[in-house]
Amino acid sequence: MEFSSLSEFLAMGKHGPFVWSAYGITFAVIMANIVFPVLRKKALVNDIKRKLKREQAGL
Amino acid sequence: MFDSIKRLYHKFGSPRYFYELSGKMLPWLVVLSLVLIIPGIVYALAFVPPEKYQGDSYRIMYIHVPAASIAMGGYAMMAIAGVVVLVWRMKMAEMVAKSVAPIGASFAFICLITGSIWGKPTWGTWWVWDARLTSMLVLLFLYLGVIALNSAIENAQSAARATALLSIVGAVNLPIIKYSVDWWNTLHQPASIKMTSSAMAPEMLFTLLTCMGGFYCLFGVLLLMATRCEILQREQRSRWVKQLISR
Repeated sequence: MEFSSLSEFLAMGKHGPFVWSAYGITFAVIMANIVFPVLRKKALVNDIKRKLKREQAGL
Repeated sequence: MFDSIKRLYHKFGSPRYFYELSGKMLPWLVVLSLVLIIPGIVYALAFVPPEKYQGDSYRIMYIHVPAASIAMGGYAMMAIAGVVVLVWRMKMAEMVAKSVAPIGASFAFICLITGSIWGKPTWGTWWVWDARLTSMLVLLFLYLGVIALNSAIENAQSAARATALLSIVGAVNLPIIKYSVDWWNTLHQPASIKMTSSAMAPEMLFTLLTCMGGFYCLFGVLLLMATRCEILQREQRSRWVKQLISR
C-alpha cells in the first residue's frame, strides 16, 4: 500500500481532483455502454413479442 | 484445409450461430474482465509506487493507455470488417462494424478526456494542437462520422457499404497516430512499452498489462452485447428469432 490513510489516498499527492475525475468519467462512460444495450435488448424483445402476438391473432 | 476455413467462415457468417455462441461466451468474458480489471485498478490506484517526476497524477495512465489502444484496435477492427462487407458482402461483418463504432468512439473519448486531465498537472495545459493529440481527435471524429452515416441511411445494407468505405479510408489515420510521437516533435511522451524493450519498472508494467487485458475483455463484452442487439433487430423476421423469443 502506497498510502497510509484514507484521506491521503483520496488526496493522491496534490492530484486528487485530476485522478478521481479521470477515473470517474471513465467509469460513467463504460456504465453507459453497458446500460444502453441492456435496455435496448429488453425493448427489442418486447417489441418482437408484441408483433408475434399480433401475427398470431391475425391468423 | 481450405474447406475447413470456408466452413468456419460460413458458420461465423451466420447470425444465428454468432448469437448462440456469443451467448455462451458472454458470462465467461464478463468474469474474466472483472478478474483482470478489479485487481488491476486497485493496484494502479493504491499499490503501485508514484512516478518520480509526476507523482500520483500518472495513475491516470492505467486507464488512458488501455483506452487509447482499444480506440485504435476497435477502429482497425471496423475497417477490416468493412473490407469483408465490401468484398464478400457478409451480413455478420455489417453488424459487427456498426456495433463497434459507438464503443470505439467511447474509448476514444475516454482516451482524450483522461489525457487532457493528465496533461493539466503534467504539462500545465489541458490541450495542445500537436500531432498525437490532434490525430487522436481526428479518430474520434471519424468514429462520429461513421455513426452519423449509419443513422442517416435507412437501408441497413447500403448504410453498411457506405460506412465501410469511410472507415477503410479513415484507417490511414491509425499509423499517423501510432508514429506521430516519432515523426513530429510533440509534448506527448513516446511509447513506454514496446515488443522488445520497456522503459517501465516491472511492477508498473505488470499492472498496466493487467489493466490492458481487462479493458480488452471488457471491450469484447460490450461489443458482443451490442452486436447481439443488432442481430435481434435485423433478424427479427427470421424463424429462429421468433422461436427464441416465444420460448
